[in-house]
Amino acid sequence: MQQSAQLLVEAQQIGLVIHNKTILEDINFTVKRGEIVTLIGPNGAGKTALLKLVLGLNQPTSGQIILAKGLRIGYMPQALTVESLMPLDVARFLLLSPRANKARCDQIAEELAIRHLLSSPIQNISGGELQRVLFARALLNEPDLLVLDEPAQGIDINGQAFLYQLISTMRTKLNCSILMVSHDLHLVIAGTDQVICLNKHVCCSGHPAAVMQNPEFINLFGSKVADQLALYTHHHDHHHDI
Amino acid sequence: MYAWLLGLDFITRAILAGLGIAILAGPLGSLIVWRRMAYFGDTLAHSTLLGLSIALLLNINIYIGLITVSLIVAGLLAALNRQKWLASDAVLGILSHTTLAIGLIAATAIHGVRVDLLSYLYGDILAVDLQDIAYILGVVLVVLGLVAWLWRWLLSATIHSDLARVEGVPVELTNWAFIIMLALVFAVAIKLVGVLLITALLVIPASAARRFARTPEIMVVVASLIGCVAVLIGFWASLSWDWPTGPAIVATTAVLFTLSLVVTRRHA
Repeated sequence: MQQSAQLLVEAQQIGLVIHNKTILEDINFTVKRGEIVTLIGPNGAGKTALLKLVLGLNQPTSGQIILAKGLRIGYMPQALTVESLMPLDVARFLLLSPRANKARCDQIAEELAIRHLLSSPIQNISGGELQRVLFARALLNEPDLLVLDEPAQGIDINGQAFLYQLISTMRTKLNCSILMVSHDLHLVIAGTDQVICLNKHVCCSGHPAAVMQNPEFINLFGSKVADQLALYTHHHDHHHDI
Repeated sequence: MYAWLLGLDFITRAILAGLGIAILAGPLGSLIVWRRMAYFGDTLAHSTLLGLSIALLLNINIYIGLITVSLIVAGLLAALNRQKWLASDAVLGILSHTTLAIGLIAATAIHGVRVDLLSYLYGDILAVDLQDIAYILGVVLVVLGLVAWLWRWLLSATIHSDLARVEGVPVELTNWAFIIMLALVFAVAIKLVGVLLITALLVIPASAARRFARTPEIMVVVASLIGCVAVLIGFWASLSWDWPTGPAIVATTAVLFTLSLVVTRRHA
């Protein structure tokens, strides 16, 4: 079943060099239909750069990215700053999505608990609310693949859990795949099918339980993080001294 | 149309020209402030003086010279912004004043032949002739049509260019269309308000309109209206006290901007 699932994204030996600086080298990975793939890695590891290649915003210097024919992507950028001189409410921002209409906007706003924000100026809402609005905009594109760049950044811990819950619910509902960058490993790791640990090249990748025992992962994040994360995947194969 | 224009006295014609530019200042000025491109606009405006001098030296149509040089400067800016070691405001500062300086030298070199330098720096709206007005009306129609046609793309690309690209908006094309529209408007507006003041006529009415608007479209319409009011009051002040018209119009926009702050504060 898993093996016959449709390939949505196939990255083949991707390399990216900008201003003589190697940003990415020899990256291979795939995203299958229905799969959740999480990119992790230290700052400057090239996570956002890799997302931009998948989104077609940049071209790789070498290798290629093959997208399934007619693949529709919903993109949630890392940040949005709308100039304060621009009068723009949340509803109007959502309706700018080319596939949006009033009814779908209302429905998605309802599902993401942002309906009460629709008439607020987009500059006035909180960080957590803005992330949900951006997620709504990504969903409005009727995506086969959601590309999320640090979706929960700048949100308090309760808000983060809520947002990841929404992401997981909406994925099941829409039967789409997710490719995301996230630092909140403890929140996402349990639901992730594939973790790609990136540091310019792919340090290690695979099922979260396997990745966390990989020496390269432990080297990059420290054994403490690896141990703590192991708790969340519910593999109680060892004891913790508290 | 032409016969009708011919029948108007020179003041009515000049007012008509001013209103044409003020109407365009609504959408283009709003887009400039939303995109934080005021300094870019200034650079483009300064470069038009160079375009004018080159056109006069080569003895070609001045509008062709103005628009060509604007587009070359915009292309240079785009290319220079791709490098990393020089910040974009430094790039703008260098190009803005270099083109202005060379433009001034070139204009002075042919001074006495055809160029009244001051009239291009501060504008001389009363000197517009029928051909100028025909060009202005043409540009008003073309730019308003383009803005209406591209409006959704312009908004999307302004808010988040990467998001717009992923959603299928041709962002590069949209940005260039915007720059071409600016170049067109500057080319026809230079005679009216001059290279030094034209950006103010775009930016100030839009900023004044912000507090009266809840949607981008309302802001555009209010900005156009404020621009038109400023043109009328500026003209009246200019004729009453013999002030230079361009500066009188821009000073009026500044007064209206200040009023907008006072009035909306009381409401809030």
